[in-house]
Amino acid sequence: MTRNDERMRMLEIENLQAEVAGTQILKGLSLTLNAGEIHAIMGPNGAGKSTLTYTLGGRPGYEVTGGRATFDGQDLLALAPHERAAAGLFLGFQYPVEIPGVSNVQFLREALNSQRKQRGETPLTGGEFLKIARAQADALGLSMDMLKRAVNVGFSGGEKKRNEMVQMGILDPKLAILDETDSGLDIDALRVVGDGINRIMRKPDKAVLLITHYQRLLDYVQPDFVHVLAVGRIVRSGGPELAHELEREGYGAMAA
Amino acid sequence: MTLPLPTRRDEAWRYSDLDALASVWPLAAPERIALGAGERHSRVMIETSGGIVVRDLVIELAAGARLDMHLLNSGARFGRIAIDVTLGSGAEFNLGGVQIGGGEQVLEIITTVRHAAPEATSRQTIRTVLGGQATGTYLGKVAVARAAQKTDSAQSVRAMLLDRTATANAKPELEIYADDVKCAHGCAVGELDARGLFYLASRGLPPPQAKALMLHAFVAEVFADMEDETARETIEAAALAALEALL
Repeated sequence: MTRNDERMRMLEIENLQAEVAGTQILKGLSLTLNAGEIHAIMGPNGAGKSTLTYTLGGRPGYEVTGGRATFDGQDLLALAPHERAAAGLFLGFQYPVEIPGVSNVQFLREALNSQRKQRGETPLTGGEFLKIARAQADALGLSMDMLKRAVNVGFSGGEKKRNEMVQMGILDPKLAILDETDSGLDIDALRVVGDGINRIMRKPDKAVLLITHYQRLLDYVQPDFVHVLAVGRIVRSGGPELAHELEREGYGAMAA
Repeated sequence: MTLPLPTRRDEAWRYSDLDALASVWPLAAPERIALGAGERHSRVMIETSGGIVVRDLVIELAAGARLDMHLLNSGARFGRIAIDVTLGSGAEFNLGGVQIGGGEQVLEIITTVRHAAPEATSRQTIRTVLGGQATGTYLGKVAVARAAQKTDSAQSVRAMLLDRTATANAKPELEIYADDVKCAHGCAVGELDARGLFYLASRGLPPPQAKALMLHAFVAEVFADMEDETARETIEAAALAALEALL
């Protein structure tokens, strides 16, 4: 495992502490991602994986009590959730939310144009947007018909995860934090989603933080680094071989 | 002789702004709408101006007549729309109502739907969005006479509170004397789904825009079945403007 320190720092988390409903979940978590890297965080239930995702995304109720997180040179934790998105952060939800009555395309066009506005870019026309949306939907095997339906309403588990990837493709973030994007996927969907992550995010100026229980997504999306999260902090880091070791030996030995 | 001013003891005025009412009392005679047998009519009411608005409608639908009403009650300091409908045999009454209010507005829709004869249908869909210290009320009575077998009536009433200081009152009420009827009613008061708002924000939408998107979907359902596209666009645009003013 070598690390090129010349590379641009994408995300730098230092000694992050966070609590939910008065209970401390993150207990001094430190992690650095450079542009061009894919990192995987693995860990048992209750280690704080989802809390890390939501804290970095700025979800209300996830209170930072100490530490820092710098994203692309900015103080991430000082930004509101929509500002984090405009700065180039994308959250892939473990349980994508259903929003009755709000169509995917309408919401995504508004979201993308709102991001562009915050960045001082001109908004896309309906035609320009639809072209991008169609290309991303095609690549992930989601029909435009589904993309016109209400956000995630009536979607199967696999369709919801594909829809997350379509959204990621349309919004084209710098950093994606994907929380158990592999959960609820069958083998075929896993491959489609894995290909989507590689296609959209494996680029020299982007980075990915994959949060997962299992090795299986990592067969499709090869991480450069693997970290083990246990009781609120990173207890071990290594290369891709660490994921295999975890698969063999379980988390118990690591956390001890 | 003028009628005495109602008091809080009158169920139909229980949540009203009686001081505001006193300033416009006595009320003008109700507006009467009568549709003859088999006649069909649609009516759109958009009440977005300020001040005190008290509308009183008495409607009679003869056998097989159909009236579709869509209304937006959003502008008045005290805005009351009262509708009393009597349905003849096989008649159909559809009401879609949206109320949007903030500040100290008091908005209410009060309906009495009288199924007087068999096989009539009534549908009421009411969506209310309230912020600040506003009060929004729906009191809806469905009275089914003994002769009105095969009545089919439905009330769907939902309110969304944007602030904990706002108040929604919702009372679907059934009075049924026939024994072969279908009378559905559902009623819910809630807040915007925080998970949905965060999801939208995480994609880049600022909170007011995310809320507007969700609230627009909440009320748009009421107007979705309007056949006159121009009228639908007009009332939707007025509702959206009222929502945006609230956020």
